[in-house]
Amino acid sequence: MHKKKNGLRQGIAKVFGNPGHQNITIPVFTILVALLVGGAILLALGKNPLGAYYNLLQGCGFAPKASYAGHKSILTDFMNFLSYLTPMIFAALAFAVSMRSGLFNIGISGQMLAAGFFATVTVGYSTLPAVAAKPLAVLVGIVAGAAVGGLIGFLKYRFNINEVVSSIMLNYILQYVCSFFINTYFVDAVSRQSRAVSAASRLTLVDTVVGDLKMDIPLGILLALLSVAAVKFLLDRTKLGYEMKAVGFSGSASQYAGIRVGKNIVLTMLISGALAGLAGVTYYLGYFGSIRPRALCDTGFDAIAVCLLGNCNPVGIIFSSVLITLIDKGSTYMSSTAGVQAEISDVITGVILLFSACTAYIKYRVARLLDRGKTSQV
Amino acid sequence: MNTLIIDGLAFALPLFIMAIGGIYSEKSGITNLAIEGLQGFGAFTGALAAVLIAGNFAGNSGVPFFVAMLFSVIGGMIFSLIHALLCIRFRANMVISGVVINILAMALTSFLTKQINATVFGAASDKFVLGVSARITVPGLSAIPVLGAVFTNLYPFEIVIVAVAWIAWFVMYKTKFGLHLRACGDNPHAVDAAGISVGKVRLVAVMVSGALSGLGGICFAYSISANFSGAIYVGYGYLAIAALIFGNWQILPTLGACLLFGFARSGGYSLVQVLAMPSSYQDLVMILPYVLTLFLLVFFSKHNRAPRALGVIYDKGAR
Repeated sequence: MHKKKNGLRQGIAKVFGNPGHQNITIPVFTILVALLVGGAILLALGKNPLGAYYNLLQGCGFAPKASYAGHKSILTDFMNFLSYLTPMIFAALAFAVSMRSGLFNIGISGQMLAAGFFATVTVGYSTLPAVAAKPLAVLVGIVAGAAVGGLIGFLKYRFNINEVVSSIMLNYILQYVCSFFINTYFVDAVSRQSRAVSAASRLTLVDTVVGDLKMDIPLGILLALLSVAAVKFLLDRTKLGYEMKAVGFSGSASQYAGIRVGKNIVLTMLISGALAGLAGVTYYLGYFGSIRPRALCDTGFDAIAVCLLGNCNPVGIIFSSVLITLIDKGSTYMSSTAGVQAEISDVITGVILLFSACTAYIKYRVARLLDRGKTSQV
Repeated sequence: MNTLIIDGLAFALPLFIMAIGGIYSEKSGITNLAIEGLQGFGAFTGALAAVLIAGNFAGNSGVPFFVAMLFSVIGGMIFSLIHALLCIRFRANMVISGVVINILAMALTSFLTKQINATVFGAASDKFVLGVSARITVPGLSAIPVLGAVFTNLYPFEIVIVAVAWIAWFVMYKTKFGLHLRACGDNPHAVDAAGISVGKVRLVAVMVSGALSGLGGICFAYSISANFSGAIYVGYGYLAIAALIFGNWQILPTLGACLLFGFARSGGYSLVQVLAMPSSYQDLVMILPYVLTLFLLVFFSKHNRAPRALGVIYDKGAR
């Protein structure tokens, strides 16, 4: 018995012991546990979990489906997946930036909506040619998102208003105000959403004919990957990134060290808002092309989860957003093929998050276990 | 004028009871953003209990409603244990834990609602239909001009809430336990030195907040939405948090904040009706409580003082 326990300990030490690899091993561990939990639920419902998980991959173009409609293939599915992935990467980056300064930007959805709405109204309904419209839409989105984010930062700096409260309030205000304008001026009588934006301003080239296929080509994904690199550079290699980190650890210590905390807070929220704005335009003018009134998108909230799963690291965010988007988007196909409720995917995501919130505790337990192993050997 | 007061109270009181839950948790030092998820999960268990037993009672019976209330309290309390476990035992970041619990509650309840509807009731529906609870008018008192509206068309839960709120106030400010709880939020080391377990006090506080959030959730399900569905997650919990911060983490000022939200909301709706504006203008009116909150926070936030140890994981060894 004792020997077996030792073997287990050595196994854990081998897998989790290296602190350098813990940033990868622990998230992978949490994901596996969550998939097991999801699998258990699926089994309890009498479904084959492996088949259901394979359906998730099929739905996102990672594995071939049994049959395809005309002009569709695994490639078109994958491009569609990328188009949905783009806003998620931006939104998670936005959260990562705010987290670095210890700010909890829960208003990403509102900032996305503001950006999407302004870009739709100004550029989306204009007759500009594609060359001008696309960059302009991105620019308007950045400015609108940054304005809302900056306002939250300013309220915190100037009036000591908790950013969680102010961003939640702004979420509601933006949601209802945009809904009012859409319903009054821009509504499409049939879909009850805002009128579709012009093809020239869409950031995803919809139904482009490539060879035999008609696919959606998301232009934003390139911008998203560039932003990942830019944010990584900002956080790790610049003075501003260092100051943000210092403020995140201790506001009073940074102030003592001569960092202007207030300016830093506003600047962080401006950058975070700008990234959320990019998420907004790639969501509303990219993947969708119209805005549903009286609703905030889930992406802004899921992004918090994605960011945490990726350790708030820009590169980690790419992987975690691929995973969460895969589970989210693939669930539609899984639901129709395997006959399970699509909501099961949200449950799996939720369990992944629950375990990733315990990351610090797992690290602590592993360290304790290793310590005890050492002392018992001596 | 009467509808303004009646609707305003019906919105403000469930909000108030959730905010009290939040105050309990935050006064003990545990940041609680999970109220949104807790009220949803509580409402879910309550609604489930109600629809399961509804067949045994006559259509106008009040029993399912009170059973629902009981189960929502239990459900909210059980779900809040996750938050307690993560924040107290697992030393997770409390804000993150709260957000995760909200996401999990949303996912679990909408999944279970669909699944239970499909397997138990054989219906493809994403909601439990509850109906609006019966209302009572207090004879005599309701005849008083203006103030009489307070006693007209009351939901029974409003009386329950007032009673529970009074007990909560008494426990918080007049008992030994309340003193310990408040001390846990300001100086947990002193509590520990006095021989009282900080973790236990915080655990109870989080459970109280779960129970009260569940109660608030089922009240919303039985009044505004008349059913349980994913639509219950429209941010009542967040609004309650805003109210308690606005109320400076004290129960009576928080009541003021909740009444303000309630009356701003019902006032806005009446305004749309009185001026006979098109229904899309409702959207503009809906922002009133939120704009008002932001505006008032601009003036009052400077004097706000959160519990000193709020959001700090208790570490015995720390100095």
